[in-house]
Amino acid sequence: MSTSQEVRAGSSFDPARGYRCSPSVALRPEPFGALVYHFGTRRLSFLKTPQLVTVVSGLAEHPDVHSALDAADVDPAQRPAYLRALAGLADNGTIEPRSAEERT
Amino acid sequence: MKLVDHFQYGLNSPICLTWELTYACNLACVHCLSSSGRRDPRELTTAEAKSVIDELQRMQVFYVNIGGGEPTVRPDFWELLDYAIGHQVGVKFSTNGIKLDKKRAAQLAATDYVDIQISLDGATSEVNDFVRGPGSYDTAMRALENLAEAGFGQPKISVVMTRQNVDQLDEFKAIADKFGAQLRITRLRPSGRGADVWDELHPTAAQQRTLYDWLVARGEGVLTGDSFFHLSAYGQALPGLNLCGAGRVVCLIDPVGDVYACPFAIHENFLAGNVRSPGGFEGVWRDSALFADLRKPQTGGACASCSFFDSCQGGCMAAKFFTGLPLDGPDPECVRGFGEQALAARADDAAIPKSDVDHSRSAPRNSRKPKAPVPLTLTVRPPAGKPDRACDESPLAGFAPLV
Repeated sequence: MSTSQEVRAGSSFDPARGYRCSPSVALRPEPFGALVYHFGTRRLSFLKTPQLVTVVSGLAEHPDVHSALDAADVDPAQRPAYLRALAGLADNGTIEPRSAEERT
Repeated sequence: MKLVDHFQYGLNSPICLTWELTYACNLACVHCLSSSGRRDPRELTTAEAKSVIDELQRMQVFYVNIGGGEPTVRPDFWELLDYAIGHQVGVKFSTNGIKLDKKRAAQLAATDYVDIQISLDGATSEVNDFVRGPGSYDTAMRALENLAEAGFGQPKISVVMTRQNVDQLDEFKAIADKFGAQLRITRLRPSGRGADVWDELHPTAAQQRTLYDWLVARGEGVLTGDSFFHLSAYGQALPGLNLCGAGRVVCLIDPVGDVYACPFAIHENFLAGNVRSPGGFEGVWRDSALFADLRKPQTGGACASCSFFDSCQGGCMAAKFFTGLPLDGPDPECVRGFGEQALAARADDAAIPKSDVDHSRSAPRNSRKPKAPVPLTLTVRPPAGKPDRACDESPLAGFAPLV
């Protein structure tokens, strides 16, 4: 089982919390996954697998990141890599923690 | 598959779309990639341009690079800018600064989601005006001052690197810092009128090395539009995709709606279609035979056996094409010198392709298919004699055609 210790040091990403795609972000489906555009920072980035697109798009539907990964059937062996990718997306503002009142 | 491999096979929509709004320009830069000068009477109307923007919004093209010509001389430029921003298509436009007075600068500073690139090809007026024309340095500086005064956040200063300005890199950086701007440097291509001056102005081999080292030292702090990927064969790759994006992640819509594989390839060989055709821009991007061809895996040709092929990918298609080199061989500025050898080996009578689109003020009008001149012989009609009859009202009365 992955824990937040596997997320790189200094990141405030907490997979036990609920997250969502930033409202300033648009995802464009592409053969490799999706292109991410942040309208605020005007930065382009990429979601490099279709499964990561499913996870990111599904974050808002789940109480925490772990259950979003479960729902997308992420292979347990791939979990640490997915958590690292999500931590990166949290750091660059693609995904953001949901505030307490938005939690279901 | 690596991400960059996916890019080679093309994307659902372009990542980097250049849209030249007009061929009209107040300047006549010697290296103009689109041979601009005069407006083309067939340019897209305001309504047509808006429908292209609607399509870009549907295709999720998140921003366009608008250029020309000088885009701001189009009377509907500001209307189209607002329309694009209102439809989630961000705008980065390139300008020589001619219309950026204090009022426009304030308006732009209050507009979200717009980026401005001021073109400057010399850190001194001497060097700049030699290429861009008298007064153009002062125009650019005035525009930068107006933007800074209005509080516009970080415009870009866009420099085409030439033999005359590579040695001014630090001075360009200082100008950018002074105005709170970001420096963007790009490669001189032998496209448009650039073909006429490329031999004289493209950086020397030693200057290319200087440029590469300077870029490596600055990392992502200086933008390049990914245009120096052919220099990555020197060693460490430069930031960016490091591949020719033509027709794969990049394309150009020209002022008359023609879609080309890249902004530096305005030539019928790289013409994929027109946005006025029934499928619109999306149809051209997704279904054009030319783009399908460009999205096939590239073999590397003569470069395939070179150990540096992975880093430079054979360089820039347009640079090869407009110097008369084969597209599957080395770039004319190949850092290992193979391009120079290939240039030297060209036959004296080798036909070097030239763009068939020229709106230079010295060129014939509507130049895609230049009409042959019609010779006219001016003659003087012999003085009319007495009317045949005093009351004859026929306009042809007394007309005797000259033989």
